[in-house]
Amino acid sequence: MTPIATPTDAELPKLKLDWAPLLVLPALALAALPLIGSAPTWVTLTIAGLAMGMMIFIMASGLTLVFGLMDVLNFGHGAFVTVGAFTATLVLLPMQGWMQADSVLMNLTALSLAVALAMGVTGLLGWAFERVIIMPVYGQHLKQILITMGGMIVAEQMIHVVWGPDQIPLPLPASFRGAIIFGDAAIEKYRLIAVAVGLIVFVAMFLVLNRTKVGLLIRAGVENGEMVEALGYRIRRLFVGVFIAGSALAGLGGVLWGLYKEMLTAAMGSEIMVLVFIVIIIGGLGSVGGCFIGALLVALVANYAGFLVPKIALASNILLMVAILLWRPQGLYPVAKR
Amino acid sequence: MSEALLTLTGVHTHIGQYHILQGVDLTVRRGELTVLLGRNGAGKTTTLRTIMGLWKASRGGLVFDGQDITRASTPDIATAGIAYVPENMGIFSDLTVRENLLLAARAGEPDAQRLEWIFGFFPALKKFWNQAAGTLSGGQKQMLAIARAIVEPRKLLLVDEPTKGLAPAIIQSLITAFRELKGMETTILLVEQNFGFVRSLGDSVAVMDDGRIVHKGRMAELAEDRDLQQSLLGLSLDAHQ
Repeated sequence: MTPIATPTDAELPKLKLDWAPLLVLPALALAALPLIGSAPTWVTLTIAGLAMGMMIFIMASGLTLVFGLMDVLNFGHGAFVTVGAFTATLVLLPMQGWMQADSVLMNLTALSLAVALAMGVTGLLGWAFERVIIMPVYGQHLKQILITMGGMIVAEQMIHVVWGPDQIPLPLPASFRGAIIFGDAAIEKYRLIAVAVGLIVFVAMFLVLNRTKVGLLIRAGVENGEMVEALGYRIRRLFVGVFIAGSALAGLGGVLWGLYKEMLTAAMGSEIMVLVFIVIIIGGLGSVGGCFIGALLVALVANYAGFLVPKIALASNILLMVAILLWRPQGLYPVAKR
Repeated sequence: MSEALLTLTGVHTHIGQYHILQGVDLTVRRGELTVLLGRNGAGKTTTLRTIMGLWKASRGGLVFDGQDITRASTPDIATAGIAYVPENMGIFSDLTVRENLLLAARAGEPDAQRLEWIFGFFPALKKFWNQAAGTLSGGQKQMLAIARAIVEPRKLLLVDEPTKGLAPAIIQSLITAFRELKGMETTILLVEQNFGFVRSLGDSVAVMDDGRIVHKGRMAELAEDRDLQQSLLGLSLDAHQ
């Protein structure tokens, strides 16, 4: 057998990690410090921003994968957030005694049951949503936008039918209330928990995407679904799986967000969708890593702007998106497409 | 002459409002390297994509290894034993060389002996094993695309213009690789415009024009018949070299 050498066999540059988007986060935080003036306030705002960012990441990660994998614009993703939060009340409200008990174990048991139910129901709803609403409109973006928005409106109205038109208070478990004091800075316990849960979800997604064959297929499918099929894999099945997982994650995000706000409304999912879309656009459509950085950026900017210049707080994320897209028009970590 | 492995009978393919394949009749014989020639837009790539089920035939029939694959899905066609190397190579740029080959090995981890055999053709793949495929040169990407198609034994390889945009030295490397594959009785359907590349490799040849096969025969005969070359390709084959 004749070994084949090519003129281009010379050592290629190693794949470099693109550090620039990662550096934006600490740069933003450090730039905010002198503007805020007080270190304890800065710590509190930064932790609040990180917690909010983690929750947005959990809600947005499934959507970015769904878009990357099957080119589906799901404007109804917010429905899973709302349904997840409201489903959790089916466990949390009857178990108020456990939630308010002065026992971490009882609090966690009630919360775990609520999260499991919320993720199960939203996963199931995601499966039905994909089969009934998304499947007939594959490849038709305009129809996808219209029908998924319609799906979200129907879901909101169904929540009014089942749970009534009023807001539902959702108090934090007793052991998650209060703050931990670091020096002069008060950091709410629940925010630290949200950061921890967000990190766990991110690490789990990272490991699945990078260390398993299913993850390889998802990453390959995001880049070139047709070629994945030509290798003998059924990308539709993979997509349904990702859609279910993404919906379940949105449900988890809904529970976390509901507890963060301590109040549930039928419109909470549609309200958060604006931030979710900004995050996945900033991150680079289809990129989980970009979604993670984008979510943290959006949340930090919202918290800093809300403190420093409340009048532009609402517009701050749009301004951030414009700035990022002027710098990187495809987002922070664009996914290679065929 | 060996038995037919793949037969296309009166295959028509529409893409949107365009009628691309207009009754393609083609036979690929087991163990042979069949070359599909034709100018740009003749329908060569469409023929390969229709075989793979990426575009569905609107009329006609495709039989592979005795099995009707006309309505089969792309994954089923791949599982039946057809590997496809598209014109754009279809490399997953964000994945490493190892991960690209791992995905192609449906049975699990690629067989170590077979990998060594592939590295014999393409040592660059061993060298850049853990490197992102997107950082490879064009020639190395083409090698990876072909390696991916042969990482497990397949009954038929469909290869679309493997020499496109490659330097002459790399084309020579590919000629050697295809010769090795031919020697192992691998059946190949190769789409090319570079006649210099395929004239010494091909056993059979089919020439396409306007979505139809306008000539079928042995490669050796076409290479020797200058009048036929002139009438089929517009230029003598020497001019293609």
